[in-house]
Amino acid sequence: MAPVDERALRVARLIADEPSRPGDHHGVAGNLRRLCSAAGRALSASGAGLSVVVGDRMRGVAAVSEPAYEPVEELQFTLGEGPCLDAFATRRPVLVPDLSAAAMWRWPGYATALHGKGIRAVFAFPLQIGAARLGAFDVFRDEPGPLTADEFRDALTFADVAVTTLLDGQARAAPGAAADGLDDEVVGQRAELFQAQGMVAVQLGISLADALARLRAYAYAEDRALGDVARDVVARRVSFNSGPS
Amino acid sequence: MSTVSAERLATVFVDVADTLVDDFDVVEFLQMLTQHVAALFDTGEVGLMLADHRGRLTFMAASDESARLMELFQLQYGDGPCLDAFHTARPVTNVNLAGAAAKWPRFAPRAVQAGFESVHAFPLRLRKEVIGAMGVFGSATELDGADENIVQALADVAVIGILQERAIRRGEVLTGQLQGALNSRVVIEQAKGIVAQARSVSPDDAFALIRDFARRHNRRLSEVAGTIVAGLPGLPDLDGR
Repeated sequence: MAPVDERALRVARLIADEPSRPGDHHGVAGNLRRLCSAAGRALSASGAGLSVVVGDRMRGVAAVSEPAYEPVEELQFTLGEGPCLDAFATRRPVLVPDLSAAAMWRWPGYATALHGKGIRAVFAFPLQIGAARLGAFDVFRDEPGPLTADEFRDALTFADVAVTTLLDGQARAAPGAAADGLDDEVVGQRAELFQAQGMVAVQLGISLADALARLRAYAYAEDRALGDVARDVVARRVSFNSGPS
Repeated sequence: MSTVSAERLATVFVDVADTLVDDFDVVEFLQMLTQHVAALFDTGEVGLMLADHRGRLTFMAASDESARLMELFQLQYGDGPCLDAFHTARPVTNVNLAGAAAKWPRFAPRAVQAGFESVHAFPLRLRKEVIGAMGVFGSATELDGADENIVQALADVAVIGILQERAIRRGEVLTGQLQGALNSRVVIEQAKGIVAQARSVSPDDAFALIRDFARRHNRRLSEVAGTIVAGLPGLPDLDGR
């Protein structure tokens, strides 16, 4: 038991020592941002991100180490594929030490897009306790190469601390509400995507899941961010009624 | 009890460590533990109490009715070996009940009356946390140091299992709450989109329509949003009554 505790203590200290930044959210969302930054440093990563997955693989980024990693972490939700979603679905870490090789056929859209952003390795860890699943924690590197055994254990510990942070935050939340800061972070900032989903579902007379797939396909084909497409749908600059151009 | 075979002990320990099963039930588990411990003694019955989150002890399980009564006596009268083990976090062993009236003025006479001669009690603990106590009531059996270690180790393994199970149960409940809260926010946004498109209004106006409908019908906003989303591909009727 002792070594495990020492590691957990060391990781907790790293997170506690991580300075807060202007723009940090209060409560859980802010703590998770500091966790991502501390993890990025401890794991020789270029960045780290943490997503809470709600329902059918839906949503969304809860925290990233640097603002530049927001779109990186977001990418798998835009494309509907990636190691974070796989780690969540299979309940196991998904380790991709070299994005340029095998990953290209496993996640063709995701691997190509991530490679294009200069990222060469990604490691995803599920956030879970018992049968319950919360999301996933992602570590990105701009150099290919595996995690060392020690880094791997540290990454698992960061994932455990993230679970504890989410659960303790939720334990303090008001009935029916999400842990403080989290609903705005995960849902509020992406409100337009969900609105666009509802609008496209009505435009085409299809389900919400199909509507999301249509939005993703459109964004991918047009090489645009999903959020931008959603904003255009809500502003009625893009409609799927007559078939999007 | 020092005559228990290693194989037998190994089986008992495996049983007691196995709490990560799908249909784990804490009462059933503790019942099994008391029976296993009782079986280690030639003549001995075992009772067990756990503390709730406020630190109040409650009877949980016993190997037979007489042990159950011994546990309940202690809780009712506020003295006895299990309470001592719980409060001091240390085992209480080899106490001759006939000479224990000064120690436990209320419990000792009743235990003697019930036919018991000696008593042992073990704290259920993990590091500094004590979550309950287990009592062994029997004839004049003497426990040596090795016996004491075996029973305490069994109690320790059980505690790890119970705490792990509690942590997982709590995690599952809280995860469900978090997912539920986030999901209802998502569903409200989706419903806004559906109404906005169906009525050719802005998302803000769509929200006002949904909210007014919920108020008129005395229903919760998230419930109305859920109905709208579930109604697809049908379009919502927010005018009715």
